[in-house]
Amino acid sequence: MSAEGSTLGGRITSSTPRTAQASSRPGGTRLVPRRLTPLGRLLGPLVLLALWELAAQTGLLSPKLLAAPSTALITGYDMLANGTLLPHWLASAWRAWWGLGIGVAAAVLLALASGLTRIGEASIDSLVQIKRAIPTLALIPLAILWLGIGETMKIALIAGSVFVPVYINTHAAIKGIDIRHVELARTLGLGKAVFIRRIVLPGALPGFFTGLRLSVTSCWASLVVLEQINTTQGIGYLMNRARDYGQTEIIVVGLVIYMVLGLASDAAVRAIERSTLRYRKVIGS
Amino acid sequence: MTMPSVSDSGLATDAAEGSVVLERVTRAFQGRRVLNEISLHIAAGEFVALLGMSGSGKSTLLRALAGLDEEVEGEGLIRVPTARSVLFQDSRLLPWESVLDNITLGLDGPDPAQAGRQALASVGLAGRESAWPGQLSGGEQQRVALARSLVRRPQLLLADEPFGALDALTRLKMHALLRALVGRLRPTVILVTHDVDEALALASRVLVLGNGRIADDFRLDLDHPRHSDDPRLVGYRQRLLITLGVTESA
Ligand SMILES: Nc1ncnc2c1ncn2[C@@H]1O[C@H](COP(=O)(O)OP(=O)(O)OP(=O)(O)O)[C@@H](O)[C@H]1O
Ligand SMILES: [Mg+2]
Repeated sequence: MSAEGSTLGGRITSSTPRTAQASSRPGGTRLVPRRLTPLGRLLGPLVLLALWELAAQTGLLSPKLLAAPSTALITGYDMLANGTLLPHWLASAWRAWWGLGIGVAAAVLLALASGLTRIGEASIDSLVQIKRAIPTLALIPLAILWLGIGETMKIALIAGSVFVPVYINTHAAIKGIDIRHVELARTLGLGKAVFIRRIVLPGALPGFFTGLRLSVTSCWASLVVLEQINTTQGIGYLMNRARDYGQTEIIVVGLVIYMVLGLASDAAVRAIERSTLRYRKVIGS
Repeated sequence: MTMPSVSDSGLATDAAEGSVVLERVTRAFQGRRVLNEISLHIAAGEFVALLGMSGSGKSTLLRALAGLDEEVEGEGLIRVPTARSVLFQDSRLLPWESVLDNITLGLDGPDPAQAGRQALASVGLAGRESAWPGQLSGGEQQRVALARSLVRRPQLLLADEPFGALDALTRLKMHALLRALVGRLRPTVILVTHDVDEALALASRVLVLGNGRIADDFRLDLDHPRHSDDPRLVGYRQRLLITLGVTESA
């Protein structure tokens, strides 16, 4: 490839080339930033962690307010090693995953019903919009009256909080189906079942995954509050008890566990999403 | 003036033949008539090029024949074969299905996959069965769409500017491909185009829409391959340009 662009238009009078690009890929201005390496992504968190540790070591940050990351790390390791952490973790995971499973299944079924049928749209959609306006945790008092203070109530409330983002995004994706694909289906004489399976569902998948990614991180969050109620197991219980005893390092351990669980769930969904939506060539994917 | 929807006007089908019949077909948008009492008979096996200025109603007519205009006001009788395929200007491939699955979408028969592979080979894309549509060039995508149309053995092929988005060279190759395939399968073809030369290169009959009516209608009894400097073609081109309101002043 010639480094001189002077033949273009043939109107360049100067004998020196305007740009002497030696690159094999003359790209012009980069409008989309290059992809970050996984290490590059960690820059922000690492800086924060270092500042935090520094503040704790120099005494700027009292352990009564927040334990140092190193203290939390040691505490966490000890709890893991002596077996006190695992039962709490399992109890939380059990609640979160049941809630997630039930909430996602209900959301997908109702999104399909309201996205594909008129009666469904009329009866379901506005109810969900109303439900959306009410914070899930505000339903705790009612849920306790109806379902008691046991596991059912906790799982139901987690399912309720998971339900909304999955439903909203899946429903929007079904409603936003490309009219050109509907026409194609008609000219090909597709039946309703084939149309839903081959066109509607794959078209709604990206929306579903968006909702699912919001849900998998938030399903752990409700636990902090729910595990204050009638339980002696769970990460949330652990953190609340630590507050009573002023053990900030255990609170930090709990937060880190939520973070790890949230990020791991998000990464898992993203991996499934990538392999399911392989056909997409999206910037940044 | 109240006009019943097309379902009242009887989109009857004639499966026995590949012929197309229109009787006093009217279509209007917000009361403005785009097609005005069009009556037309197209015999089985004819290759009709439908010309007309932009906005003259070519797509409206084609969508009426394809049965895609339920919401449009109109009346009149339309008879088209049940076995019909539509080729759009965009390929309308499903991005999440492989090329082969796009071709065989909704296809029944003893061995859809085998039929799909043959159709893909017939448009010169053998071996690309498992590619995603997003991995194909625009011309290749349109060839897949052609394979998807023809694998259904349509008696009527309706095409709305199928090559409009392609470059000139690719378009010429597509013309040859379409002519070869149509020559083999012998469907009736209605091809909407605004390219006079495309019409003259392919069609056995040329229709021109203007002011909601058929403004011109003639047959081209010329053998293939046609040479654009054939004096008869030069005459037809002149005639079409005048009908279309374009005066050739080079
Ligand atoms: N859905 C619609 N609503 C309102 N008006 C419409 C609609 N579809 C088409 N029209 C009008 O009908 C007329 C004919 O449109 P049509 O698309 O059939 O033209 P065309 O001959 O295919 O033009 P082109 O060569 O630009 O594709 C135009 O004036 C257009 O504005
Ligand atoms: Mg058009």
